[in-house]
Amino acid sequence: MGMGVVVEAVVKIVIVFGIVLTCLAYLALFERKLLGWIQLRYGPNRVGPWGLLQPLADLLKFLFKEDVRPTTPNPILFSVAPILSLVPALMTYAVIPFGDRIELFGREITLYITSVNVGLLYLFALSGLGIYGIVLAGWASNSKYSLLGGLRSAAQLISYELTLTLSVVGVLIQVGSLDLVEIVRAQSGTYFGLIPKWHLFWYQPLGFLLFFIAAVAETNRVPFDLPEAETELVAGYHTEYSATKFAMFYVAEYANILAVSALATTLFLGGWNGPGVERLPLLGVFYFAAKTAIFLFIYIWLRATLPRFRYDQLMRFGWKILLPLAFANIVFSAAVAATAG
Amino acid sequence: MERALFVIFALTAIVAALNVLLRRHPLHSALALLVVLGALAGLYILLGAYFLAMIQVVIYAGAILVLFLFVIMLLNIRAEEARLARRPFLRWLALPFALLLGAEIFYLVRTFEENPVPSGTSVGVTEAIGRELFTTYLLPFEVTSILILIAILGAVVLARRG
Amino acid sequence: MTTIPISWYLAVAAVLFTIGAVTVFVKRNALVMLLGIELMLNAANLTAVTFSSYFRELAGQILVFFVMVVAAAEAAVGLAIIVLLFRHRETLNVDEAQLLKL
Repeated sequence: MGMGVVVEAVVKIVIVFGIVLTCLAYLALFERKLLGWIQLRYGPNRVGPWGLLQPLADLLKFLFKEDVRPTTPNPILFSVAPILSLVPALMTYAVIPFGDRIELFGREITLYITSVNVGLLYLFALSGLGIYGIVLAGWASNSKYSLLGGLRSAAQLISYELTLTLSVVGVLIQVGSLDLVEIVRAQSGTYFGLIPKWHLFWYQPLGFLLFFIAAVAETNRVPFDLPEAETELVAGYHTEYSATKFAMFYVAEYANILAVSALATTLFLGGWNGPGVERLPLLGVFYFAAKTAIFLFIYIWLRATLPRFRYDQLMRFGWKILLPLAFANIVFSAAVAATAG
Repeated sequence: MERALFVIFALTAIVAALNVLLRRHPLHSALALLVVLGALAGLYILLGAYFLAMIQVVIYAGAILVLFLFVIMLLNIRAEEARLARRPFLRWLALPFALLLGAEIFYLVRTFEENPVPSGTSVGVTEAIGRELFTTYLLPFEVTSILILIAILGAVVLARRG
Repeated sequence: MTTIPISWYLAVAAVLFTIGAVTVFVKRNALVMLLGIELMLNAANLTAVTFSSYFRELAGQILVFFVMVVAAAEAAVGLAIIVLLFRHRETLNVDEAQLLKL
């Protein structure tokens, strides 16, 4: 392993994390602005022009607030839980392909941190680990609201993770690889010279729909935000958290939303593919960002529009509707793959 | 480099396993097992079994252990009090037997003393495993699916009865 | 590149298996005993993966795959039984569950 490879990797990691963390901060602002517009308000507009410095103000507030600790028999778990929630969320960005490769300083540089042949499984493994932060926060807080939020969250995440995983199998059958870069490459080109060969249009519209619904549930967002339903559970698993620890949960939630949106783009919307990418690979990054932004918009739009599910509705919907549909999609994809040869 | 990683993962696994044994609270034991599973996934990667390493985290850590945590939280199990066992002498027999078992296994292990594991093997490629599963091992695979179906039915029946 | 002797992996597996076995023997809490069983299964898995990569043969890894699936089934049924046991007896001590009915 030469020095150059190590330096390149470190530089890429630093750049990706800088961009991602900045995006997360502005995603929070974007959400508040958009919610404001949808509800005919202005949204935050006091700090800086159009409220653009609001994330900075929020950050300072979180850092300087008092860290209130509940009396709990598990103070260490209480402190570790937000970290357990944040770290897997940030680790997902290691395998997400933001673009193809470019020439820079006479060497070929890939626009993703790494490409591993089990990339997709790695992501599912991380999403499985993310549950622990929430569940342990609920347990360690020593509060009934937190405990109920944590329990609900465990049941909900396990149920919807099944659908999330199974909805992707259709794509895997068509591509034949777990490598996210391979999956994006398989979606290049167009159909009849007009419709792009994305999996969304290429036999997987149902898979896409299932994936997106399950992803909304996995990230605990409206209409599936029962773990933090404020009308019944105060704030769910993070009721007892304040200051920096609360900020970690907050960032983890947005990191998950961004990661899932990026993953949906990669799997179903062709990732960096778009017109002119072959000649100018850097353009791919902008296509990728634009497609991801569509998902982020839908996320916030859902939040502004839909009411929350009841708990039994949530479970019935997950197990009796989404899961059978996911199986049907697998059978359909296999049939297509078998007839196509 | 590889040896250093091995030592880190192995020590983590063993220390965490001791925690599974020594902790009083079931929740702490379960979390210690989580650490063991993670360290084992690291060892699998060192052995070139990438697919299994990921599956290990997805199935064991992501599903099975979460179920354990769920049950611990649902029943609100407290730390077990150190009460006397029904037959106290059995407790003192456990340690010698454990040592005996360990010694026995180590004796067997010694026969493989000098053989290094080839590093960077690529046998763990997902595609190869999938091919084997659906050709050579198709029958066991299908039998396993029936086993899981029975397990689901069993769990549902038990849950209904309570 | 330095390589790691196969016996190192096997030794780790042996230690883990022994700790798992002791957990099952010593603990009286049904849930923790299940955790010990999982630990033993994992130790066995490690040996299987080690030999699989030593002989460059996939059979070991396939075996581990099946073990994981069976472990999942075992955990589901085992935990269902544990929940029932706790509801009826208010304890998870296996010594107190000596009747053949609930």
